[in-house]
Amino acid sequence: MSEDALIGLFVATVQFGTLVFLAALGELIAERAGVLNLGVEGMMAMGAVSGFMVGLETGSPWAAFFAAAAVGALVGGFHALVSVVLGADQVVSGLALTIGGLGLAAYVGRNVVGERPETLFTDLGIAGLADIPWIGEIFFDQPPVVYLAVLLGLAVWFVLARTRLGLALRAAGESAPTTDTAGHSVMALRSGAVMVGGAFAGAAGSFLSLYMAPGWVEGTVAGRGWIAVALVIFGAWRPGRLALGALLFGFTLALQPRLQSFDIEVLGVELNRISPALLGILPFVLTVVVLVIISWRYRHRPSPAPAALGLPYRREER
Amino acid sequence: MASSDANHAVWLRGIEKRFPGVIACAGADLRVRPGTIHALLGENGAGKTTMVNVLAGVYRPDGGEVWVNGQRRFFQSPADAIAAGVGMVYQEFRLVPTLTVAENIVLGAAPRVLRSAEIEERVAELSAAYGMAADPTRPVWQLSMGERQRVEILKALWRNASVLVMDEPTAVLTPGEAAELGAALRAMADDGRSIIYISHKLDQVVAFCDEATVLRQGKTVATVDDLQDVDLTVLAEMMVGSSEGGYVDRPPEIEAGPEVLSLQGVSALNDRGLPALTDIDMTVRSHEIVGIVGVSGNGQKELAEVINGLRRPTQGRVTVKQQDVTDMAPGDRYRLGLAYVPEDRLGVGLAPKMSVVDNAVVRSYRSQRRGLMLVMAKCVKFCQDLVERFGVRTGRLNDPIAGLSGGNLQRLLLGRELAEQPAVLVAAQPTRGLDVQGVAAIQSHLVAQRTEGVGVLLISEDLDELLALSDRLLVMYEGRVVTELAPDVTPRSVIGEAMAGQVRA
Repeated sequence: MSEDALIGLFVATVQFGTLVFLAALGELIAERAGVLNLGVEGMMAMGAVSGFMVGLETGSPWAAFFAAAAVGALVGGFHALVSVVLGADQVVSGLALTIGGLGLAAYVGRNVVGERPETLFTDLGIAGLADIPWIGEIFFDQPPVVYLAVLLGLAVWFVLARTRLGLALRAAGESAPTTDTAGHSVMALRSGAVMVGGAFAGAAGSFLSLYMAPGWVEGTVAGRGWIAVALVIFGAWRPGRLALGALLFGFTLALQPRLQSFDIEVLGVELNRISPALLGILPFVLTVVVLVIISWRYRHRPSPAPAALGLPYRREER
Repeated sequence: MASSDANHAVWLRGIEKRFPGVIACAGADLRVRPGTIHALLGENGAGKTTMVNVLAGVYRPDGGEVWVNGQRRFFQSPADAIAAGVGMVYQEFRLVPTLTVAENIVLGAAPRVLRSAEIEERVAELSAAYGMAADPTRPVWQLSMGERQRVEILKALWRNASVLVMDEPTAVLTPGEAAELGAALRAMADDGRSIIYISHKLDQVVAFCDEATVLRQGKTVATVDDLQDVDLTVLAEMMVGSSEGGYVDRPPEIEAGPEVLSLQGVSALNDRGLPALTDIDMTVRSHEIVGIVGVSGNGQKELAEVINGLRRPTQGRVTVKQQDVTDMAPGDRYRLGLAYVPEDRLGVGLAPKMSVVDNAVVRSYRSQRRGLMLVMAKCVKFCQDLVERFGVRTGRLNDPIAGLSGGNLQRLLLGRELAEQPAVLVAAQPTRGLDVQGVAAIQSHLVAQRTEGVGVLLISEDLDELLALSDRLLVMYEGRVVTELAPDVTPRSVIGEAMAGQVRA
């Protein structure tokens, strides 16, 4: 295998990692507040199509990116309305969001299939660092969204761990009555978290349609939303572990289309004879393994999963 | 806004609150002077918890006025009540187990950016000021019930509450912890704060409180300005509206029959994987009530779980009717004749969202079926019999049981467990938190079962109850049965020493 191919693999790893990291970070915010949102796939599709269309119209990738985030927040707002405000089942509402979001995205984008925008995100080399062999190319000569994702990861960690807002948000995900009686609005915290999470997913979707696979076709998201949902569990609901998991999952995603061209042997197995489909299930297998490990390691103490995850809250119920 | 009477910290005036099918408060009043500890008394369902939830902004009243510190208030949420200086310590603690003590305390009033070290230091200062030790860095799930309660109180003090509401505060405390709580509350009252104290334990009410309000069926029926002048039995009479109360009479002596339950060298671990039971030997025979005495947390919960198959012993044998059940599933043990009234009624004993009928037949559904199908008519009939025999007050039998009061839940649970004539009954805290009539009803059922030949293992934290009902007392301390005592001839001081692990030879 050539050096270029290997570097290309790692560059793609970082980009796929960024894609699932952004979406998973949004899902992490919602889940830490106690709301499971299985609509990530649908929100990403809506972000992808709307970002692409705004990009076509304005020619500005950033306008497209933030428009996609706004659409994601809006779609997330639907989930917040149904499951947080009206107290409906989060699983049902989330699945509806995925099915409906994919369908709506296909409808909205039916006239732009096959078009190519003039301006897309371009790679942004960081002065001084981009020239380091290997490392520079892999980490410091990437589109700006990659760096933004790192900053967002740090910001989310800081807010969750070190601010009053983060404390209230975590409390809402652990015990809604406690948070309510402490004087925080559970509804506002959870709705806000779901909408911010939606914005992250929408933005991630536009990173797909504006950079990774420029253009719009139905099925662009291709299950990456579900990988993001799995990644939150894999990362044990912690931003740091989420980042590590994103690189691992990103690696499997990047490897998938390249596998057939790698004529090397690992442990006596010729890589190009492994089916890419088998590689595609790896993130989910790893997630199940991590779930088992978590439940074993935490058998004598509270699990890292937010205790109130999936439970609607109404104050005057008795 | 002017006050019509400045000399009160809290004035709830003519409070009305209705829930579907229930009138919780029908014009109740409560007036608390500053710097006093005020007892709010009443049976289950009298409206006490509803009243304080109105004060805490959790419920919005359908009628009436809320005054705090001389100002009329219209609380829209708990946040409003907290801002007005009302601090609430719920019976079921409102703490986040995964957060630390400090994080829990500051949750409602934290600085915008958290600096852990600084917050922990300020929390430590606060707990020192009121003599309530609590390590601010520990996660709450590691704390005992008494420590958790301290965190709850510190939470209110952190927000500088001028009114502190305590709902059944001593239900989860050991006698020593209860005395400490009394001292801490007095320190707060001397500080000028007012405390509203809800409890069924009249002796503690008299020991801790200055004044009292008695509720019955959602209305205020009496107020007491100085509790030192009042007799316990008078208070009890005010609560129930008649002079019954206290404990049922000691059952007449009956010759105990054959052994129905035994534990041989049983050891087990608790949820954290630490030893909870060590080498327990005990037997329960037909026609006897064996009482388990001990400060809570000395293995009683694990003992009940091991006997009923909810916890696997690490060694030893459990037998029911001389048959080894150590590896038997809970359902099979039940069919063999082992009935269980668990401490956690709504978590382990009953399913809150299921109907009265479903909860009634969940143990004995095998006798309500034809072929593979449950026969609903049989189920309903079974449930109706049970409800009548045990005096359960319910709405419709197909409604969820979550709306029943504590006493009625317990009647239903006990009735279900006794419906198929068991040989052994394990009853854990069967009367905890019940009103006077509920306590009497449950106790007389236990005594009646003994007369009929059931062997009863009674696990309780109420020493008076154990002394009144038991034929033999086993004292548990740190997971061991340290001694056996005869309830009628042993002085209380000896029992107390045994509970503290000091056994006289």
